[in-house]
Amino acid sequence: MAINTVVHQVMWNRLISVVEEQAQALIRTAFSTSVREAGDLSAGVYDTNGQMLAQAVTGTPGHVNSMAAAVAHFIRRIGRENIYDGDVYITNDPWEGTGHLHDITVVSPSFYNSELIGFFACTAHVVDIGGRGFTADANSVFEEGLYIPIMKLFERAEVDKAFINIVRANVREPDQVVGDIYALANCNQTGHRRLLEMMQEFDLTDLSGIADFILEHSHRATVDKIAALKKGQAQGDMSIDGYHKPIHLKVSVAIEDERIICDFTGTSGVDKQGINVPLVYTQAYACYALKCAVAPEIPNNAASLAPFEVTAPLGSILNAPHPAPVALRHVIGHMIPDTVYNALDKILPDTVPAEGAGALCNFQMSVRPRTDEQAPSEARRAEVLTFNSGGAGARPHLDGMDATAFPSGVMTMPVEATEHAGPVIIWRKEIRPDSGGAGQYRGGLGQCMEVSATEGHEFDFSAMFDRLDHPARGRRGGGNGAPTILKRSDGTTMQGKGKQFVPHGQHVQLFFPGGAGYGKPKLRPKAQVKKDVARGFISGESAQQDYGLSQQEVQGVLDDVANGKAS
Amino acid sequence: MRENSNRLGVDIGGTFTDVVLEARGQTYSTKVLTTYAAPEDAIIEGMHQVCDAAKIAPSDLDQIIHGTTLATNALIERRGAKTALVTTEGFRDVIEMRTESRFEQYDLNLVLPEPLLPRHQRYTLTERIDAKGQALRELDDNQIETLVDQLEQAAYESVAIGFLHSYLNPDHERRVRDAIVKRLPDVSVSLSCEVSPQMREYERFNTTVANAYIKPLMHSYLVRLESRLADHGAGCDVFLVHSGGGIISLDSAAEFPVRLVESGPAGGAVFAAHIAGQYGLDKVLSFDMGGTTAKICLINDQAPQTSRVFEVARSYRFKKGSGMPISIPVIDMVEIGAGGGSLAHVDSLQQIRVGPESAGSEPGPACYARGGEKPAVTDADLVLGRLDPDNFAGGSIKLNLDESKVALERHIGEHLKMDAQTAAYGVVEVVDENMANAARVHAVENGEDLADYTMIAFGGAAPLHAGRLCEKLGIDRVLVPTGAGVGSAIGFLRAPFSFEANRSVYMRLSEFEPNKITALLSELENEATDFVKRCDSNAEILKEVKVYMRYCGQGWEIPISLSAEQATHPDAATFLDLFERDYRNLFGRTVDGMDVEITVWSVNATTPPTSVKPVTMSTDARSISSQVKRPLFDPALGEVVQAPELRRDEMKAGDCLSGPATVVELETTVIVPSSKEAHMQGDGCLVLQNRGQQRLGA
Repeated sequence: MAINTVVHQVMWNRLISVVEEQAQALIRTAFSTSVREAGDLSAGVYDTNGQMLAQAVTGTPGHVNSMAAAVAHFIRRIGRENIYDGDVYITNDPWEGTGHLHDITVVSPSFYNSELIGFFACTAHVVDIGGRGFTADANSVFEEGLYIPIMKLFERAEVDKAFINIVRANVREPDQVVGDIYALANCNQTGHRRLLEMMQEFDLTDLSGIADFILEHSHRATVDKIAALKKGQAQGDMSIDGYHKPIHLKVSVAIEDERIICDFTGTSGVDKQGINVPLVYTQAYACYALKCAVAPEIPNNAASLAPFEVTAPLGSILNAPHPAPVALRHVIGHMIPDTVYNALDKILPDTVPAEGAGALCNFQMSVRPRTDEQAPSEARRAEVLTFNSGGAGARPHLDGMDATAFPSGVMTMPVEATEHAGPVIIWRKEIRPDSGGAGQYRGGLGQCMEVSATEGHEFDFSAMFDRLDHPARGRRGGGNGAPTILKRSDGTTMQGKGKQFVPHGQHVQLFFPGGAGYGKPKLRPKAQVKKDVARGFISGESAQQDYGLSQQEVQGVLDDVANGKAS
Repeated sequence: MRENSNRLGVDIGGTFTDVVLEARGQTYSTKVLTTYAAPEDAIIEGMHQVCDAAKIAPSDLDQIIHGTTLATNALIERRGAKTALVTTEGFRDVIEMRTESRFEQYDLNLVLPEPLLPRHQRYTLTERIDAKGQALRELDDNQIETLVDQLEQAAYESVAIGFLHSYLNPDHERRVRDAIVKRLPDVSVSLSCEVSPQMREYERFNTTVANAYIKPLMHSYLVRLESRLADHGAGCDVFLVHSGGGIISLDSAAEFPVRLVESGPAGGAVFAAHIAGQYGLDKVLSFDMGGTTAKICLINDQAPQTSRVFEVARSYRFKKGSGMPISIPVIDMVEIGAGGGSLAHVDSLQQIRVGPESAGSEPGPACYARGGEKPAVTDADLVLGRLDPDNFAGGSIKLNLDESKVALERHIGEHLKMDAQTAAYGVVEVVDENMANAARVHAVENGEDLADYTMIAFGGAAPLHAGRLCEKLGIDRVLVPTGAGVGSAIGFLRAPFSFEANRSVYMRLSEFEPNKITALLSELENEATDFVKRCDSNAEILKEVKVYMRYCGQGWEIPISLSAEQATHPDAATFLDLFERDYRNLFGRTVDGMDVEITVWSVNATTPPTSVKPVTMSTDARSISSQVKRPLFDPALGEVVQAPELRRDEMKAGDCLSGPATVVELETTVIVPSSKEAHMQGDGCLVLQNRGQQRLGA
């Protein structure tokens, strides 16, 4: 029996390694920068009932629950009787996939000795899906691009050429998008091959035994973790900028014996523009927040996710029904963890961080030859998307992380790579001093950027920012983080969301938000404050006003820096 | 190199300094404890030991080849010089902001690694080169002079200079260097356009900073070593092994010390590659398992796989992303926290976990009986009958079986209702599975299928685990060579003089410029051959040209080797053919209608590989066994069996021992699983292969 347990554990580890390989194959062959550079993808393996058994750890918590639920939708829509060896299915349905049309989910049934033994699924963010592009400006999902219902991409290994032609005709970068669709199908195939090798090695005919073991262990471990927590219920809230008007996120979190319930009743209604969130995405980020705080080491699968129950009223911005526009659902979705933590902190003090920048600070530049004057002959069109992060919130016993994404886990692109991708110049990308909320533990610092098109070009700047008017709030006496600021180099102010024209010769200056502080600033050890002054993370003024250093002490640190004596 | 010359290989490792002497066709080796305060002391002692054994004087040595973990350790332990970075205005924090991501997604208390240089040691100048290599903003001489004033006032010992796009246009970096050197001649300067001329500013700047940081330390060590060796009579040339598995001169090493990181493991890969050559094996998985980590490397066509970037000083459970990237030519290997000293525990999921925490040598595994209470892999190996408690590491440490059992029961068994033996089985299965998974992922990343591979196992713990690892990976055959305990140092003696020069220059096949290509490649060739000529001005030099290609829009390149003809007469159609062939092999199908681009160009100059003496296989195979039996747990059978035990030096060429069995030697034990048999070769190498399979060479 005990030996059997060891064998099961080995098989579980192997399944996790199978999906990691599956994800790796996708990264190696994908075209869109969001997948290959930033890690915006996911991959998983499922039993015949569509229950997720293992998921690769990638940069996207937004895919956690949405992927777990997706395969069941595929089984229902395709119909069990229509599932054949060699089939591959596809969708970008925001409500049954992962929240917006840019995410394409591909599912492949896995057959062994002519029997269906399970499924592989993977998701990637493609570079374009037609419509208005990657922006919040649409009024309904119909304007946001090509909508692919759950359907067959391959039937018995035969690709649907008509479908591929329709995709080609509807997107701005047909080669790359079709290339990515094939990469998705191939990556499931990689997972399938590894799974068959594992089944041969362990002499299995199906996955039911190992599935039971994984699900039972994960469920018990998760429930044990929850049972050990203090029981209670608390309310949390957070207000953010929204598009035209502020949005209020409200949550009630209840820790019960064997489950944690998150209910977003009271949250603002659906917005006119494309910042609405389908429920799957809300569930993903709420669940991710709870898992980080309660059961971080338990791998994601159907059973380890089940004890976290997340609901939001239909018609709220966190449960937007079809056909609400959803392209930038991440800007609101990334704010969900801090909202949940606002409640959780009241039940489990000393556990969760203060608020941070939340949403990634992404923007897209649609560059074209200048139109105000004759453009040089080598001027061209290009779409350049970048991923950037503000500061994370301070933790109960640690400073916030500077210019580091949370809750998203994606990476930024190298400046040199971005400048090769299109005719743009990034003039500045560095840490933003004084942007972290003061505190015993300082909030993570945001960053400053300055960008322009190269000589001979103008561009549309698609902004995807929040926290211009609602900076991250401090916890337990900690100060707020600095808000987002953006403007043109001629001083013209700019909006946080939507496409805005930038004429030839103008730069866009961006100041991304900092995380909030934790605990009273006066409790911060002087040595830490001096270290921040030496590094220029905080100014001498902040050291004096927020932390009570004397002017002489500040001058002493600056002298040490000049003389090479600062630590 | 003359066939009858006396050559000394020296590998300074974390615990031991391995010294190997080849003189008059004989090999002499010793292990001396590493002397941290003055690493050269251990070298001197080891040199005298092997010279005495060979009855030669240090003055008879013709050549010393040296590899060391000192550079790596200085980076891990942050024991470098007082260093400044000078960079482009607006980009002061590149090495601090990294990729702006978290390498562990679910840890709210994650601590990011500190950059090598804190922010106040990073200076900026107004200047800018664009992605075409044109200056958008010019340098200002007054600003440079003010900077030099600051560097002087703060008394820096070393300065790194890294500007954006300097790999395309090094002019600004050189001008700033000249200004610094003119006024501060004692300050050492490292330029990003020389240390690592590749695109991606985070990796390039970090590599340059790392080089600057360890340069004064490594320079003084190397100078000291040379003079100490001379004092002891060894006035011969001293060369250094670099991360790419080749040899460079002492001067080059002192100039680019970052190229010395991981030179020990690189030597191990060269060792395995040499054995692959002797046996004519084209697909080899090198498996090096020591006390703390296991290293796995693919060796195709008798040459280790290489890469252009790797990570040192991982701070968080060996996790990818938790260290610092170094982009230099390097032997591509995976290193995971799985060694004899790796500790086991039960996690909240009631699962056994092993490593990466290690018991080290103090207190060591529980069986050392030096106060270690937690069970390590070595404890599990002991309980499963794989180790002889009286004959571990040459008998230097007597192992205590009872301590191992107690540790396994207390930390594993009690949680999972297992006896010590089942717990031990769980521990070794988990560590073997960890290594197998690392090997599988590494193979996938390189588009290889391990089923066709032969394993070469060395390092103290490898022979205990290699057989089971092969079962898990579907590998039919494993070679356990002689001298496995000092494999890296032997590898040093097989390494060629070599240097790889590379450059990031983007070119689409649709905008192919043959003249630009030939000019670029000849520039790289001159740079690379210069380094080799510094070692041996008369040597025959071979050139290997590689270009890294991908579909426009992709993020990962694949390396394409060019023949001399293809490099001197470049042609877009040929490049496309070569790329598509390799792409199809890796990923199944090519993508129609996409333009292809070249991103990186590289030329490796190398002296011809050491001549390989093919091993004549003993075609006969005599089945033998042993009267001596010991209880051994066989994982595939899941039970304890009475396994015959033989001493390795008792086996003669052609002897064939069926598993389950053990073959013991001075420093380790070779475990032969029930699925395999061990066949002794003429050179002392032990080959484990599937029972009943056609034998190697037969």
